[in-house]
Amino acid sequence: MSQAFTKAMARNIFYGGSAFFILLFLALTFDTHSALPDRDNRQNLTEQVAHGKALWEENNCIGCHSLLGEGAYFAPELGNAYQRLGGADGIKGFIMSRPKDGIPGRRSMPQFNFTPEELDAIAAFLKYSSEINTANWPPNIQG
Amino acid sequence: MQYKSQAVAKPYFIAAIGLFVGQILFGLIIGLQYVIGDFLFPEIPFNVARMVHTNLLIVWLLFGFMGAAYYLVPEEAERELVSPGLAILMFWIFLVAGALTILGYLLVPYSGLAEMTGNSLLPTMGREFLEQPTITKIGIVIVALAFLFNVGMTVLKGRKTVVSLVLLIGLTGLALLFLFAFYNPDNLVKDKFYWWWVVHLWVEGVWELILGSILAFVLIKTTGVDREVIEKWLYVIIAMTLITGIIGTGHHFYWIGTPEYWQWWGSIFSALEPIPFFMMTVFAFNMVNRRRRNHPNKAAVLWALGTAVMAFLGAGVWGFLHTLSPVNYYTHGSQITAAHGHMAFYGAYVMIVLTMISYAMPMLRGREAANSNRSQVLEMWSFWLMTVSIVFITLFLTGAGILQVYLQRYSADPLPFMVVQDKIALFYWMREVAGVMFLIGLLTYIASFFVGGKEPEAVVAATEGA
Repeated sequence: MSQAFTKAMARNIFYGGSAFFILLFLALTFDTHSALPDRDNRQNLTEQVAHGKALWEENNCIGCHSLLGEGAYFAPELGNAYQRLGGADGIKGFIMSRPKDGIPGRRSMPQFNFTPEELDAIAAFLKYSSEINTANWPPNIQG
Repeated sequence: MQYKSQAVAKPYFIAAIGLFVGQILFGLIIGLQYVIGDFLFPEIPFNVARMVHTNLLIVWLLFGFMGAAYYLVPEEAERELVSPGLAILMFWIFLVAGALTILGYLLVPYSGLAEMTGNSLLPTMGREFLEQPTITKIGIVIVALAFLFNVGMTVLKGRKTVVSLVLLIGLTGLALLFLFAFYNPDNLVKDKFYWWWVVHLWVEGVWELILGSILAFVLIKTTGVDREVIEKWLYVIIAMTLITGIIGTGHHFYWIGTPEYWQWWGSIFSALEPIPFFMMTVFAFNMVNRRRRNHPNKAAVLWALGTAVMAFLGAGVWGFLHTLSPVNYYTHGSQITAAHGHMAFYGAYVMIVLTMISYAMPMLRGREAANSNRSQVLEMWSFWLMTVSIVFITLFLTGAGILQVYLQRYSADPLPFMVVQDKIALFYWMREVAGVMFLIGLLTYIASFFVGGKEPEAVVAATEGA
């Protein structure tokens, strides 16, 4: 780099640029928070949904599945599972019917032995997730 | 080695390499589970093996960063570490906590681990990359604070250079941003929004500062180019990193319930994120070409140049490939993401840690400046084996991803997820073969520490001397 461009100038670009963009990011974060109530389906965030989210986390579902596209890519996207599997009964039926020892040669979800109450909570969580405004993602029902 | 206390870096580097082997073995397991779905089921289900694969990566890179800091800071500050004893104590705490966590993953069902560790008191588990029990996370914070105190005080009491300052800013940012791992609201959108404050602002933010400063340090040492020149480059590179990378976080806010203006902010700024990586490549080659001396450790220079190139390809090019929101609409959460993840982590962070180990380890083991020729030749073989393998892993996953996106999301008649997975299995098989090649490369790398130990150090040939 040329001599006219000094280390002090480079340093100032670093500090000034970083400070500016941190502040811009914070401003956008603030604005995002004020826009979220219309998008994040919080009106349906019940106790049961929160319980479902806790079960989702404590069984590491994200270790195989993606949710709104984030997670692992070993098993199907679940942000629209509520629609794809045909509502709460479809979701519960699928989870309950997983064989304990898997399926020979194929990927299989483990059998988690959830109680009926837990299954309801998981289905409620996936219903709540499916109603978040995700700008029309995923592109189709296959996720 | 100029300062006695630099020796604390050695156990950190050894632990890093050991955990690296574990990471790759579990990578091979999950790679195989992609094509033989019931492999090790139900004993080690995919989610557990993947968690071990990703968590080991993070932990060994952190070991590598800490080891690098303990080696680099005394030389930059021109004084001994404030407390070598604290560094060794923290090493053992981190290693034991890490090992217990991994054993917990493998031996107890995850929900049992959550219960045992009282996750319901402060739920933080079960989110990608942040799967560690809350108690482990608290341990990470304590280790990070003790580490920051140790290197921070050393810098404060000694010579302050741009290299150590940038390293400190990066490490402080790493510790501060990790605190968002403790924020886990019931609201899924907010949960995801702040999860990225850890994940994105680490790997596309503050970790790049750590990367830049380690690279600058190794280039100063191996090329003999004037520090002023290198530090000027470092400032410009990290300035571009944060100018593009902070708002670039927006490329994760397209489809998770956040406002749609993020599609503009995210697309524009993350499209600029390759710039700092490109500058890093230009910088590394420029400094080596303008070198004032030939360093006898040719392997370290190879790793340094390799880091710059592979970070640009993996993080820069493969990141750009799917970062624009109209493209990401189709590729989000597909094998394209996995392809980018593999080459970016290898190119930027695995390689910079190996660069530092390559540079420092000969001195830590009592050499003047470099290993014997025989050892270096083997190390350079391992460089090429691992690097070529990761290129192929990335290409095969990209192939899988393109087909997946087309069949599942783009074609007129989209197919279900598992149907598509079966159709692209050939690519997963080829990825697994490349993975085995990578393991061979890694074993070659380890072997390079055990050959040529009795032979004399490599020296620069007289005719080569500048």
